[in-house]
Amino acid sequence: MTDPLKTAVETLLEPSGLERTDIDGLLARMMSHQLDYADLYFQYSRHEAWSLEDGAVKSGSRSTDQGVGVRAISGEKTGFAYSDEFQLPVLTQAANAARAIAQVGDDATQAIDRQSNAGTALYTSADPLASLEEKSKIKLLEKVEAEARQQDPRVSQVMASLAGSHEVMLVARHDGSLVADVRPLVRLNVTVIVESEGRREQGSAGGGGRFGYNWFMEAERAEEFARDAVRQALISLEATDSPAGTMTVVLGPGWPGILLHEAIGHGLEGDFNRKRTSAFSGRVGERVASTQCTVVDDGTLPDRRGSLSVDDEGTPTASTVLIENGILKGYMQDTLNARLMGVNTTGNGRRESYAHLPMPRMTNTYMLAGEHDPGEVIESVSNGLYAANFGGGQVDITSGKFVFSASEAYLIENGKITIPVKGATLIGNGPDVLTRVSMVGNDLGLDTGVGTCGKEGQNVPVGVGQPTLKIDSLTVGGVEV
Amino acid sequence: MNKSIEPLASASSRLDPSDLGPVVEMALVEATRRGASGAEAVAALSQGLSVNVRMGELETVEHTRDRGLIITVYLEQRTGTASTSDYSPTSIKDTVQAACRIAEYTETDSCNGLADSDRLAMDFPNLDLFHPWNPSVDDACDMALECEQTAIDHDRRIENSEGASVSSHEGHEVFATTSGFWGESRKTQHGLSCSVIGRDDSGMQRDYWFSSSRQAAQLDKPDIVGLEAARRTVRRLDARKIGTCQVPVLFEAPVASSLISHFVGAISGGTLYRKASFLLDQVGQQIFPDFVQIYEQPLLKCAQGSAAYDSEGVTTSSDNVITNGVLQRYLLGSYSARRLGLETTGNAGGIHNLTAASGDQDLTDLIGGLENGLLVTELIGFGVNMVTGDYSRGAAGFWIENGQIQYPVEEVTVAGNLKEIFSGLCAIGKDVDTRRNIRCGSILIDGLTVAGD
Repeated sequence: MTDPLKTAVETLLEPSGLERTDIDGLLARMMSHQLDYADLYFQYSRHEAWSLEDGAVKSGSRSTDQGVGVRAISGEKTGFAYSDEFQLPVLTQAANAARAIAQVGDDATQAIDRQSNAGTALYTSADPLASLEEKSKIKLLEKVEAEARQQDPRVSQVMASLAGSHEVMLVARHDGSLVADVRPLVRLNVTVIVESEGRREQGSAGGGGRFGYNWFMEAERAEEFARDAVRQALISLEATDSPAGTMTVVLGPGWPGILLHEAIGHGLEGDFNRKRTSAFSGRVGERVASTQCTVVDDGTLPDRRGSLSVDDEGTPTASTVLIENGILKGYMQDTLNARLMGVNTTGNGRRESYAHLPMPRMTNTYMLAGEHDPGEVIESVSNGLYAANFGGGQVDITSGKFVFSASEAYLIENGKITIPVKGATLIGNGPDVLTRVSMVGNDLGLDTGVGTCGKEGQNVPVGVGQPTLKIDSLTVGGVEV
Repeated sequence: MNKSIEPLASASSRLDPSDLGPVVEMALVEATRRGASGAEAVAALSQGLSVNVRMGELETVEHTRDRGLIITVYLEQRTGTASTSDYSPTSIKDTVQAACRIAEYTETDSCNGLADSDRLAMDFPNLDLFHPWNPSVDDACDMALECEQTAIDHDRRIENSEGASVSSHEGHEVFATTSGFWGESRKTQHGLSCSVIGRDDSGMQRDYWFSSSRQAAQLDKPDIVGLEAARRTVRRLDARKIGTCQVPVLFEAPVASSLISHFVGAISGGTLYRKASFLLDQVGQQIFPDFVQIYEQPLLKCAQGSAAYDSEGVTTSSDNVITNGVLQRYLLGSYSARRLGLETTGNAGGIHNLTAASGDQDLTDLIGGLENGLLVTELIGFGVNMVTGDYSRGAAGFWIENGQIQYPVEEVTVAGNLKEIFSGLCAIGKDVDTRRNIRCGSILIDGLTVAGD
């Protein structure tokens, strides 16, 4: 595997003639003000997307972006400037603008101690955009379309898209460290519309991760997504109105783990807890879930969409235990909030691009497997809802209220899954919902690689997961009273 | 608070709008040279400042500086798009090459192509969108501090804050096509916002308010914004969950616009030709009650969505979308129009100050008219199915009884179907929220399912 630092220097620095001494100079220039931290984040990224509809790939796009973000931190204050040009005069002005957040300090002539703390490489550095020839990318989408149509004559529309990106990043910090990462990311999505007797419904499926497009051609993965999208759409055609009110809810494994992302994930990000604006602030050591719940945020899972070898501050990612047997253990941190809270960074400092400021973000957030057989969990419910799949969710971390919207759900009647009901939004209160998890299944699943998390206008790719689990009471936003 | 002792990034690192024209020109020339039968290119830049304060101290100073070029080429009726943030000649040529290469692989689609020349805009009235402000970091900081302090001082239960921020940005754009369209526009966007946290024995609540305008002089004063943020925050304290019921729901103006935006989605070209809309083939049908009028105002001066031409260069339209509750037209660009066998409506890229005409009641009047119901002031979640119109979202607000607000409500959902929500629309208030591209007042719907305990 190619050394990411070598790739980063060749891609980011050499073309504009930037030397390491230039970088040292810029950092020293910033540190001559009273700063606790400064960094330069260089990034070069390429992205492509192909889309198919009406049986043919009729559109595609390619984009290239590069730039450098210059950040200076003093106490709780951050000065930030960025540029899409790497020339030294422009970078110098950006550094001047950023360091103005603090006053001039004593003349600090520090010997720059250059360490490069490379994290463990969790994925290939190969360019996914080159992993298949263009003709093959198109054939892949056509195969998905054919598979979807083959499932059922009621399939009326198939829309499929293939997207890939390749990013090279390099972060140089005031402490002399220089860390790089090369990040692939691919995704395949299928949406189908089915029509029967004047009624129309849609279903979606997809997946991906940090590898090349070949992954979709193995083990019939692409075909499986097509089949799953059709299956979801056909189930929705049969669905009746969802019940409304508070009831027992069983969630399926995998993507329903968005429950954790919304209910506790955002509320456990270090910035909200440092500012004490989260409903979980000051609660480390307290019970926030049932004893069966252990939840981690783990950026170290190989090849996964939500994983990173190093975060965007150059810190190796980690597996951070958030909740252990129901007790809140800690928060997810970046360097700024970790320093202000007197703890170590957990490698959760992420940013959408060089043009955005890092903040604590999730990676792969999931609950560990429990003891129960999933069938047993369903059987234990006399009347309730089984939600097998979801769209998106959202949370207010101050009040703690969170929602996530079911896309595939069924009534449970006398311990049996009976009829499908239309997707409804489920709403709960983060600090107590997990205390009502009374059964955790042994079937931990991670999502297929489709999650994108938005926070303060910045999107980053994430993963979620969980086993089947039973929540004793959760409010279901249906229409049937 | 530390005063900055250096000037901002000085003029030479500021992006130059006069770069945009030559970049677009070069891209179109290169596309033609490579054999494209048609091409359109847009080059845009934006720069500015964002200053955040929190708990009486400066928190973040962010200098923004973005630019990009997007080129779409047509090789007869095949198309490809590419973009870059690098304006060097090599990069422009590589970007055009990438777009052409994609077009070589994609399939022919007879609906592909530039907008018809006879629809391209020829008038470019001054829409009064450009009012540079360029506040210093210190001035922006002072405004934000005053705003936050007003909020914190307003009520002793407000003891924490997410902060206040002041932002000022200017954007320039050049859009041109090989069919001879050349359009240049420039806009400014200024904002002041504040979000505070209230706490009492029941727990914490947070809310916010913001003012946004193309002209700094039109921003609400810092103390007004702070006061509103504080008022909205404390009124949420001690919220309770209510029992499941079916009642009238009154959507306060800032969230009512979301209902109109679902309507926009359902009548947009892309959703329609994919038959992914619950309002298919509805032109001429009664969608709303007959007192409802909805129309665009693309030439409204100094407003959020104003434009003389859409993203393809087609003249924007003020034609009614809804007259007396009946759907008059869809929202189309050239491609979707061709797919539907219709003409573009000048809506490639979106709507332009879509306005729902108001009745004569304000929010207090609308509340006063309800024996019982839910006033919704916040919506969360994405539970809207465009194919079926099924609607289910998380909500917070206030329970209304006998024409009066009784107590704050949280952790409930409101659900129904958008077809019925639109036909069951009883009133649109005159408390129009003018900060957005959708301009409407509070909206009363006669009945929705509220799920709670």
